[in-house]
This record gives sequence, structure tokens and C-alpha cells, in this order.
Amino acid sequence: MSTPARKTWEQAGLGLFFALGGLVLLVAIAAGTGIGEMPIPIETTFAAVTNRLGWTAIDLPPIQESVIWDYRLSRALVAACCGAGLAICGAVLQALLRNPLAEPYVLGISAGASTGAVGIIVLGVGAGTISLSAGAFAGAFAAFTFVAMLSNGGRGGPSKTILAGVAASQLFNALTSYIVTTSGNAQQARDVMFWLLGSFGGVRWPEFQLVLVVVAVGLLVCLYYARALDAFAFGDDAAASLGIPVGTVRLVLLGITAMMTATIVSMVGSIGFVGLVVPHAARFIVGHNHARLLPTCVVAGGIFMVLADIVSRVILPQQILPIGVVTALVGVPAFSIILYRAKGAA
Amino acid sequence: MSISAQNLCWSVGKINIVNDVSLSVPPGKVLGLLGPNGSGKSSLLRLLAGLRRPASGQVLLEGRDIQAIGRRALARRMALVEQHATTEANVRVRDVVTLGRIPHRSPLSGWTVVDEEAVIAALDRVGMWGRADRNWHSLSGGERQRVHLARALAQSPRELLLDEPTNHLDIQHQIALLKLVGELALTTVVALHDINHAAMFCDQLLVLDAGKVVAQGAPEDILSETLMRDVFRVEARIDSSPHHGRPHVHYLI
Repeated sequence: MSTPARKTWEQAGLGLFFALGGLVLLVAIAAGTGIGEMPIPIETTFAAVTNRLGWTAIDLPPIQESVIWDYRLSRALVAACCGAGLAICGAVLQALLRNPLAEPYVLGISAGASTGAVGIIVLGVGAGTISLSAGAFAGAFAAFTFVAMLSNGGRGGPSKTILAGVAASQLFNALTSYIVTTSGNAQQARDVMFWLLGSFGGVRWPEFQLVLVVVAVGLLVCLYYARALDAFAFGDDAAASLGIPVGTVRLVLLGITAMMTATIVSMVGSIGFVGLVVPHAARFIVGHNHARLLPTCVVAGGIFMVLADIVSRVILPQQILPIGVVTALVGVPAFSIILYRAKGAA
Repeated sequence: MSISAQNLCWSVGKINIVNDVSLSVPPGKVLGLLGPNGSGKSSLLRLLAGLRRPASGQVLLEGRDIQAIGRRALARRMALVEQHATTEANVRVRDVVTLGRIPHRSPLSGWTVVDEEAVIAALDRVGMWGRADRNWHSLSGGERQRVHLARALAQSPRELLLDEPTNHLDIQHQIALLKLVGELALTTVVALHDINHAAMFCDQLLVLDAGKVVAQGAPEDILSETLMRDVFRVEARIDSSPHHGRPHVHYLI
């Protein structure tokens, strides 16, 4: 039995895979920082970053340095974190709810956040992006509470949780439409539309710090429960008979995914399909073991989102597409394939 | 007594699914649960596994209430094989059997030689070692049931609970699986449909009807024409098999 040697090989391969993935992510972030309206060569990009970190003192045009450091780098890093976070949420929810079509927005979080944000935009309560984010977060939290109560804190089982999420989505989308149609003007409707489809415009270093902390904490919690997530493969009773405290694990993980999703949505709007498609792609590469799957989702989600952001900025001259449009245009064909295959398996 | 239950009751709404059931299984013996559909066999197994909390009564492992043992400690000594549990996930045979080691590992501990040996031994025991890298969805029903049994064995249990493990298997695999379970020398409670199989492979039988125990004892003592008529609603004659010595039920039409 050649098992020990095989384990070592597997681990070495896995290490190489993550190193390579991390490298690709770094290259993507560098590309995201270099590419844009104002083309900046990669060595300038690199020099600007090392300058700000205090490693070098190369003379650069201040405008270029500022664009890179204050605008594009933070934007690329936020995109990477959001992609990673949404992908983790998708992987966890798909395992927890035993549903291949589950994604971060299945719990109605994004609908709730949208209602909160639209309320702020249209009703003009408070001012600026801070209150917008606060409104979105409050809406997301309201939606999650609604779902948690309807599904008995997640103890009602997977299908009840999904149905509660569908109900929450319907309710909050209706509220959003109600607010927009009754009190919005054309300009506000446009703002709302843009926000609903997601945008990395306006994110800076404070947003990066917040999303980094939230996604890192979320990842650690989910990794702690990686084996429990594996155990859910054959259902709640199978997990419970393996000693998993099913109710507690479900509530903790639903809570942590809700927190990650709410943070991301309140920051950059609801960006669809990343949380749905990336985990499936990651599973295709590394299999069902969550201790491997979750890090893979981080890398793949990050790369996908940074690339999507680049596409959204360069595809139309003088114009930025909402990021949700790009992810959906890539995501929908992938979604169709998953649906088609799910039908084949049933 | 390895596993025993005292006056277990469990109901859904106003319907009593399990009604005042007491049982005990000596160490290393196999208890067969028999009864018509909906007689409460699966529910009783779930109560014994600690997956449902009884409305009254208690389940004891070597005299200790399982409520006091804790879920993880319980999973280290008692394993459950459900009625065809399956998954959408794209898992390999090895991954499924590895799940059985979860109760023995803390969330942060690595994979040890003991874990590896337990998985290999379990796969070997059910004859699936050669198919360890096969995909779950490529397995036949009989192979899946053997993999579930291997997962249960990887838990290194002293008590094993099986819920109709032979359902939907062809006769060769039914006999092979029951023979294997009998040879394991674990304290076993197994729900079965086939009364002749139960009589052949179980040391003791417990017959349920509408959640109540209607007979309990050695197969040759409790299987009777009256029982077949009253509980299973069939006419039958029972004699001792000249081939294996156990009771054999002949159904009449």
C-alpha cells in the first residue's frame, strides 16, 4: 500500500497549486493596477507601490503615483477580497444547504441590503457613502434576521432555509421597487440602478481594511468548520451521527456568511454569480474536501473578480460598466451548464 | 448490557411513532428490528443513535444515559448506517470513509497514522480497498452500502446501528452484507424487512407494530403463524430449515 508516498505527493502538488494560484492573483492585481483610462507601465506601477511602502525612492510623476496608490491598487485589492469572500460564502452555503444552486444572495441578504441602500439614496436620510453603507448593512441584517426566524434559526433544515430566503428576497425586492417608484426621480433611479448592479468605484483604503478583516475572519471560521462541512454531504442526520452539532454549526456558518455578504454588498453593491460559479469551478479542480476547497475559492474568486473589474473598465471607452453586468455575462453561461448537468444527474 | 433502552416514547404531533419501547442487546450480539412499514423501526434507530430526543424514557450505553455522553464522544463509539443516504457532491470512496474519522479528530489536528490505518482497515473489511479512488456516483447500490458500512467502521465503533441496509440490493449483496455485519462482533441493531434474513442473521428479534413492541426474543421463540397473521397480515407456515437450522417462513397464497 503506497499511501504515505502518495500523501506526500498530493501535499506537494497542493502546495505548488496554491503558490501558483497566489502568484496568478498577484499578477492579476498588478494588471488591475496598471490597466485603465490612463495606461501606466508595469514598472511604474511597481515603483509606485515600493515607493509608498518606503522601500524605494524612484522619481515618478505625482499624478501617476497617486492614481496607482490612492485609486487603482486599493480598488484591485478590494475586488480581490470581495471575490474571495463571495466565493467562500457560496461554497459554504452550497454545502450547508445541500443545494448546488445556493449562493450568497439566496438568504435574501442582497435584497435586504439593496432596500437599505435605496432607502438612503431616495429618502436622502443622512449623507455620503458612510450612511449608504450603514443603510445597506442594516437592510442586510434585517433580511438575515427575517430568514433566521422563519427557518427556526436554520434548524428547520436546508429546504426551509432556502424557502425563507426566497421569501425574504421577494419581500425586500418589492420594498425596493416600492420606494423607487413612489419617491424616486430619474437621476435617483439611475443611481439606484448603478448601485444595484455593483461597482468598485469609490472604494479606497478604509474599505480595503474593513473587507480584508471581515473576509479573513470569515475564512478562518469557515476553515475551522471545514470537516463539519464535509460531513454535511450526506445530510443532517449523517453529520449529527458523526458528532457534529448540526444546529449550532448551521447557525454560526449562516451568520458568518451573512456578515461577509452584508459587508461586501454594502460596500460595492450586489455582484451576482461569483458566489455561485466560482465554488463549482473550484470543486472541479480540488474536489469536495473543504480544507482545500475554501482556500481555492479565495484564490479563484479573487482572480475572477479582479479580472472582471478590469474588463468592466476597459471594454467601453470613456465608460465603466457595472461590475455585475460583467460577472453575469460570464456567470450565466456557466450557470446554464451547472443547471444542465444537475438535470442530467437527477 | 451494551446498549439498552427503557420505556422510549417519541411522537410527532399527536401520533405516537415510538410507544413505550424497552430493549437490551448484550455485547457483540445482533438485534433485528422487524415490523411493517411505518411501524417505527427507523424512528427507534434514530432515538437509539441520539439523533432524536425521546419524549420520555432513555437510551443507555453500558448503563450511561446517552444524553449525558455528548454527541462527539457518542460518535466515537456508536455508528449509524442510514437507509440509502446519498449525495450530490462529487466525492470519492476514500473521502466518504474518511468522514468516519471526524469524531476522533479535533478541528485543527492533522491526519494521523491511526486515522489512515482505520480507513484502510475499514475499506479492506468491506472489500472496497481496490475501489478507494472510485467516484461515489459511479458505484452500484451494493457498493454504496458497503462504503457507508466502511465509513461506520472507520468510526471504530463498539455499537453499530443499521437502517434497512439491504434495501434495493440484489440477493448476493444482501447475503454478503448481512454475513459481514454478523462477523464484525459489534453490538448491532439492524432494521430489516426480510423476516427469513432476520431469522438467519440475528441473535434476537424485536417486532414492532404501530410503535409498540409486540414480540421480543430469539427468532425460534417468537416467530409464529399468529405473529405473521396479526402483525404482518399474511398467512404463513414456519418450520426449522433443514439447511441452516434457523426458522424459515413459507408464505401462503
